[in-house]
Amino acid sequence: MNLTRRNLLAGAGSAPLLLSAQEALSQGAQPKRGGVLNIILNPEPPILQIGVNNQTPTLICGTKITQGLLKFSPSLDPLPELAKSWTVSPDGLEYVFRLQENVKWHDGRPFTAEDVIYSVMTFNREIAPRLRGVLSGIGEAAAPDPHTVRFVLKQAFQPFLLCFDATALPIVAKHIYDGNDIRSNPANARPVGTGPFRFVEWQRGNFVRMERFDDYWKPGQPYLDGILWRVIPDGQSRRLAIQSGQVQMTTATDIEPFDIPALRQAPNLNVTTRGWEYFSPLFWFEVNHRVKPFDDKRVRQAMSMALDRNFIVNRLWFGLGKAATGPVASTTRFYEADAKLPPFDVSKARALLDEVGLRPNAQGIRGSFKYVIPPYGEIWNRMGEYFRQAMRQIGFDVTLESTDAGTWGSRVANWDYEATSNVLYQYGDPSLGVERSYVSSNIQKILFTNTAGYSNPKVDELFAKARVAATEADRRAAFSEVQKILVDDVPLLWVVEVNYPTVTDKRLHNAVQLGTGDHACYDDVFLS
Amino acid sequence: MPGFVLRRILKSVLVVLAIVVCNFLLIHAAPGDPATVMAGQSGAADPQYMEQLRRQFGLDQPLTTQLWIYLRGVLQLDLGYSHRQQAGVAGLIADRLPATLLLTGAAFLIAIAGGVTAGALAARRAGSWADSLITVIALAFYATPLFWVGLMLVLLFSVYLEWLPSFGMSDPGLALTGPALWWDVARHLVLPAVTLGLFYLAVYARLTRAAMLEVLDQDFVKTARAKGVPEGRVLRAHVLRNALLPVITFAGIQAGQLVGGSILVETVFAWPGIGRLAFEALLARDYQVLMGVFFVTSVVVVLFNLLTDVLYALIDPRVEVA
Repeated sequence: MNLTRRNLLAGAGSAPLLLSAQEALSQGAQPKRGGVLNIILNPEPPILQIGVNNQTPTLICGTKITQGLLKFSPSLDPLPELAKSWTVSPDGLEYVFRLQENVKWHDGRPFTAEDVIYSVMTFNREIAPRLRGVLSGIGEAAAPDPHTVRFVLKQAFQPFLLCFDATALPIVAKHIYDGNDIRSNPANARPVGTGPFRFVEWQRGNFVRMERFDDYWKPGQPYLDGILWRVIPDGQSRRLAIQSGQVQMTTATDIEPFDIPALRQAPNLNVTTRGWEYFSPLFWFEVNHRVKPFDDKRVRQAMSMALDRNFIVNRLWFGLGKAATGPVASTTRFYEADAKLPPFDVSKARALLDEVGLRPNAQGIRGSFKYVIPPYGEIWNRMGEYFRQAMRQIGFDVTLESTDAGTWGSRVANWDYEATSNVLYQYGDPSLGVERSYVSSNIQKILFTNTAGYSNPKVDELFAKARVAATEADRRAAFSEVQKILVDDVPLLWVVEVNYPTVTDKRLHNAVQLGTGDHACYDDVFLS
Repeated sequence: MPGFVLRRILKSVLVVLAIVVCNFLLIHAAPGDPATVMAGQSGAADPQYMEQLRRQFGLDQPLTTQLWIYLRGVLQLDLGYSHRQQAGVAGLIADRLPATLLLTGAAFLIAIAGGVTAGALAARRAGSWADSLITVIALAFYATPLFWVGLMLVLLFSVYLEWLPSFGMSDPGLALTGPALWWDVARHLVLPAVTLGLFYLAVYARLTRAAMLEVLDQDFVKTARAKGVPEGRVLRAHVLRNALLPVITFAGIQAGQLVGGSILVETVFAWPGIGRLAFEALLARDYQVLMGVFFVTSVVVVLFNLLTDVLYALIDPRVEVA
């Protein structure tokens, strides 16, 4: 997307047009009132209030209750949600949102600018670890009238609008949270939002029931009478449930990749991999730079060259993604197509390791290390097994270690690992989702920081420059340069741009339309 | 007898307390804590976030303080609070207990009734084709993994025949009440209860058959037959009653597991029971919930052991409780 100021200013005017075109395109069938959507919820999250908990199932389920100011198209253009229009000042410092009128909370109280200011300045600043830095950069927040909010930034921050999706900056009710401890607020158990569906009942281990919110701010919507979220912990049982029509939708990692080819053939189902553009999950193998010989970039280059990414995408992920070319996913802004990793080449990789001085012994072994398998499903095991084989090809003997979530998390967070893998969301802009894994200021004993311990002053400088650069051109230049440095340094072995499959019953319409896919509020989803 | 029961109960209280302390130490010895798991699941974290979580979960206190707080709670029958799920542990367990008791209870009945009958039939006609058939089938169920049996039953009865639902405890979409709801739950119960019951059924069948064959050889059976007692009565009153001791021993063990449920069967059939609650709590390092489940299950195991001992005495007067 071309994010110039003029475009941003025009965004308010053009967005509704875009939306209606998109709606017309995706439908074909006339929206029909009624019916309950059965959808799988897995793994069952502990809390359904977005912000208080941010697991993927919480986000997918919670976005039907809690909304954001904006939503995003697959090309990451902002579209109106609770904000019906917005303007950005030419210097990029002042953002004014005009809010929808007649919006009510599920408890009947009116939604106003005060709720937005509370959500942004207090609720999310307090509990959203990823955006704390961005939100502290807001110098002033004001509500000139009950349906207008004005934010003035201390310093221009171009991806600011991207932070206003419901999954990142949920808008919560001030009258419920203000003055109470956020994390232990009893309302977390029964979330109150402005969304098209209101929370009714949660039988833990069994289901979550949501019903149509009759006072929803879009007249005549939502179309569904309700949504039933069924908790099914076993992967094969989930597959049987969607195949037999007992549920009409699965999301994210509900279905293992190896089951997808069969489901694509099923006459009653649609499988799509769209709807992950905003998140752009990137899968990588991670080596600990504090462990020799991983501190040598030539070793990392050789390891990267030993990975056949097309094989991985086609044979392990069954086409659910795209071979990664570098640290930035191709669906993310400022992706630099010219910064590409060297292609798959085992003999070149071996030659490079010879050059480093890592000579193979009589058994062809140059060295050995351990790989901790993240405990998040069968695909993670298979990726570990592939990694072991690929490394064996170039003379590394890899031992796989199985863990559970707590062990994996604490080992990676405490840098107590030699190699592992991870998936991180990119959130549409490198300043939001990419920078955190490479800058030396973020080398911390915490998950999802720069746990590998990579450090390059030039990279730090370029990310810092791009973060605050006032013009898009300046940002692009810095990001292009940093991507070229990173593909040469190979701090992490990027492998797959993952697109999780959404499987829907053919009677279900509009399930995936936005760049956030099944994280949309579903006021326009219907069953025919 | 009352003195025996009283002494056993006193001992049991000590045993349960020791179990609580062991559980507490073991669980906290596992790497990682609930905050790490939460961060891992959320895909983002910073120092303030981790600190907030650890403070909220009470993990910033020294371990001995945490243990003391927990023990004090347990002694007052307060199982604590799950900060992860923001709910009281007793409530979380109470919500899931009926589902598990229904499943394991049904499986228990299927196993005992089916197993003892099959075993008795086999013993009565030892060496016949019926005996071989029962023995082979029992061996097959004994050896087959539960989750596989479950999935095959689902394939047959839910996917191909479409007779029975494949997951859940009821259909929440129908909003049923009264007898209609019970009928719906019963339909959902069939497959998981049979899956769980088949394994134990096989065990009981083999135990009953072996024990009966042993008793059949004994002199008092010959005496009974010589007295002219009808064969059916010989088997029921003389043989089966004397052959039941090993069965009761095993039933006591199985009954102790009633509350623990079966993680595998609950997972395959999405049955909202306590086994899954414990398993998920373990993965999430939800310490309070895990210790709560352990506490409740250990109490039940201790109680059933006691009950088994008393039952021995009732069924076989030769066994004395002392």
